[in-house]
Amino acid sequence: MIGQSSWDWQPGKRRIQEAAACSSDVVWMEEPVASPDGERLAVVVNLEDAVFGLCVNGELLEETFEKIWGLGFSPDGRMTAIVSREMEWTVAVEGVPWETTFGFVWNLSFSRSGDRIGAAVQQEMSYGVAVDGVPWPELFDNASNFALSADGLHSAAVVQTVSMGAADIEAFQKGCYSIAVDAKAWDRSFVNVWSPVFDPEGSRVAAQSRQSLYDYTVVVDGTPWDQTFASVWEPAFHPKSGAVVAPVRSGGKWGMAENGTLVWPARYSQLWHQAFDESGATLAAIAAPSYGRFTVAVNDRPWENSFSVMTDLAMSPDGRHIGALGKEEDDWTVIVDDRPWPGRYDMIYPISVSPDGGHAAVRAERNGRFLIVLDGKEYGETFERAWDPIFNPEGDKVLIRGIQEGTCFRIVAGVEDF
Amino acid sequence: MEATAEKAEEKKYVDAGIQKGLDALTPEKVEKAINRVFRAETGARLKAYEEICVRCGLCADGCHYYLSHEGDPAYAPVGKVKQTLWKLLKKRGRITPEELERVALVAYTECNLCRRCAMYCPLGIDTAYIITVVRRLCHLLGITPRYIQDTAHSHSVTMNQMWVKEDEWIDSLLWQEEEAREEIPTLRIPLDKEGADIMYSVIAPEPKFQPQLIYYAAVILNECGMDWTMPSMPGWDNSDMAMFTGDVELMGRLKRSHFERAQKLRVKRVVMGECGHAFRAVYDVGNRWLGWRDFPVEVVHAIDFYWQMLQEGRLKVKKKFERPVTLHDPCNIVRGRGLHEKARDLVRAFCSNFTEMHPNREHNYCCCAGGGVINCGPPYKKVRVEGNSIKADQLKATGAEVVIAPCHNCHSGLKDIIEAYDVGMELSFFSEIIYECMEKPNAVEG
Ligand code: SF4
Ligand code: SF4
Repeated sequence: MIGQSSWDWQPGKRRIQEAAACSSDVVWMEEPVASPDGERLAVVVNLEDAVFGLCVNGELLEETFEKIWGLGFSPDGRMTAIVSREMEWTVAVEGVPWETTFGFVWNLSFSRSGDRIGAAVQQEMSYGVAVDGVPWPELFDNASNFALSADGLHSAAVVQTVSMGAADIEAFQKGCYSIAVDAKAWDRSFVNVWSPVFDPEGSRVAAQSRQSLYDYTVVVDGTPWDQTFASVWEPAFHPKSGAVVAPVRSGGKWGMAENGTLVWPARYSQLWHQAFDESGATLAAIAAPSYGRFTVAVNDRPWENSFSVMTDLAMSPDGRHIGALGKEEDDWTVIVDDRPWPGRYDMIYPISVSPDGGHAAVRAERNGRFLIVLDGKEYGETFERAWDPIFNPEGDKVLIRGIQEGTCFRIVAGVEDF
Repeated sequence: MEATAEKAEEKKYVDAGIQKGLDALTPEKVEKAINRVFRAETGARLKAYEEICVRCGLCADGCHYYLSHEGDPAYAPVGKVKQTLWKLLKKRGRITPEELERVALVAYTECNLCRRCAMYCPLGIDTAYIITVVRRLCHLLGITPRYIQDTAHSHSVTMNQMWVKEDEWIDSLLWQEEEAREEIPTLRIPLDKEGADIMYSVIAPEPKFQPQLIYYAAVILNECGMDWTMPSMPGWDNSDMAMFTGDVELMGRLKRSHFERAQKLRVKRVVMGECGHAFRAVYDVGNRWLGWRDFPVEVVHAIDFYWQMLQEGRLKVKKKFERPVTLHDPCNIVRGRGLHEKARDLVRAFCSNFTEMHPNREHNYCCCAGGGVINCGPPYKKVRVEGNSIKADQLKATGAEVVIAPCHNCHSGLKDIIEAYDVGMELSFFSEIIYECMEKPNAVEG
């Protein structure tokens, strides 16, 4: 995530709030959550038996609920939580619940800018999606794997299209699942279909599918590829051509297929989490060129450094810089462009890349303290708790949010301060 | 007369899962599947086992089915291999549907993949591995018993084995948290707590039928002062019947979901509830199919976790469980992980009257439910129960009132044995006894 230019980017350290303070008496409080701009610290507080409230910068908000969970902030800085009263659930934005309530609400998701909020919902045992409090006009016997397009204008989920009796394996194998986009299910149903993915414009959807118990493929807007494989993982859209690529398993190995045809030969023990740069010229993925050794493959060329575990691929918009997290024994490190950073950590969180791709920063944990690390260099202060670093739009400053000795601070540091 | 009528009735049972596959088979399809499994998917290990077995039958005494059927050679490990692998290799595409049906029934319902017989074979042949390969072939031929196939279907849709919907799972956790707060007002089941030390994962029968086990675990984790979480989204179920149907692709998908959920939450380790097969899937099988030599996030079985808590002084004994107890050693965490001494340390710490069953530790007899056999459903209950009279004898000989079985499958399997043979014993998980006997500093009085 990149910070907004309207935020305070004045270099320096500012005290925000005592993490354990609230204007009312509370029985106990949960873990605090910092807003993206670092100006607010929110926490769920227990006021009395089955009465919960939200405390923001020490002030208790007016509305209370019987239950609250899933407290967080949208990318545009609005505080969100899943709340319940009298057995009905909804989403509270800035402490104010949506007018519509549901049997249950979960899996809050946001559009890229944060202006739209979506959630999986259940209403009278029918399932679907609600965006900004408006549920799909048609709900299904079941819905799962909910996804929101980048602009938040479209939502999709795996839906059950045919009812099945208990242990009716025959009906199941004829295909009872499909993808619904904005409440409308594709014409065709499948044995399985998983994890819908939108293209960058939000106009097309691809998903993994199983045509029979043995034949896996990718389905794009309801039409399966002509080719099937022993397995497939999540597809991704080429940002320019609209072609769909996905890791596929063939002959006991993994390769990358584009529109059903192998473009990276099946030679990997594992291949997943692929991503394109903005132009589509660079395609990178986490790959295991040999059994038990993971690395990053860029346009089918694996890096030299490999690790027993590798996660969290990140790429600069122009594709010139690629990073990932690697683990050996119990130690994590960051690898950027095939060069490991010197530090070793007990845990590392996802990589933030500056808008120009020139810098990478992470939140890391060592011996129970949190640090912010930029381009391999550690910031001079450590924290009991911290959130991911955020770059300013120019990419020359980093917003650090963390708690020191029970107090939450926001620090704006220049990249040269590391 | 009654017994004959029962037998005739039994014969009429046609397993829709197996029959549907048999109806669609051709010799070419069978040949193709055999070639795929034996040429492309297996290698030297299977070939060596096939070639070095001297047919001595020393493995027979290792198998509870054989011992419970008065030495019927059809139930000896080598007898099962003869009826399955050897027959397939000999007859290939010419195998008849009746023979194939028998292959499926032997592989899915007459072997628990318990690996006890491997300790008896002088050449170290692991019959469980051979039967696993046979199940893989049965999966590819579409001849898998209906109920376990349905469980695999559930896994494929929901990533859990009991068709638990996404909201039902979260609701169960919130409900258990609310219940437990009556006892411990500050208790939390923290959902999606990023950076917690532990992700606690369970198998789907817990939210579906035994939510009190989540309650007990929550109390133990809270009162031990652990920094822990449970995920709200799929990946929470660590079980894996696809591993047992032979659907390795689905097994990999499930294990990926479990590990990636833990990675996303940035936990340091996964503590798994008291289940054996799930531990095997996460610790030993599914992780390796995905390409990891070990596991991307450390995994710890509940026994190991409770034991650590006891050593560190976080788990304190308030009173001893006084009723006479015995301990069942689940195959997947004892032969598969060597947790038997830690289990005994726990029993001795919390129970004052413990009697070993014999044989025990890695020599213990299987519950006869594991390996997916119990998931083949009610039609095969009789096979399971008749195949394990030896277990009933073993239990009875202890004179215990309670048997601790730290595994869900063992629990269900032993329940049937106890009922069928009138053993007169109660079953318990470790968590139930620990919950009852531990110090709970944050609990309200009374
Ligand atoms: S049930 Fe156990 S002892 Fe018997 S054949 Fe199978 S693995 Fe061997
Ligand atoms: S003991 Fe070993 S060699 Fe002998 S029959 Fe059994 S599997 Fe074969």
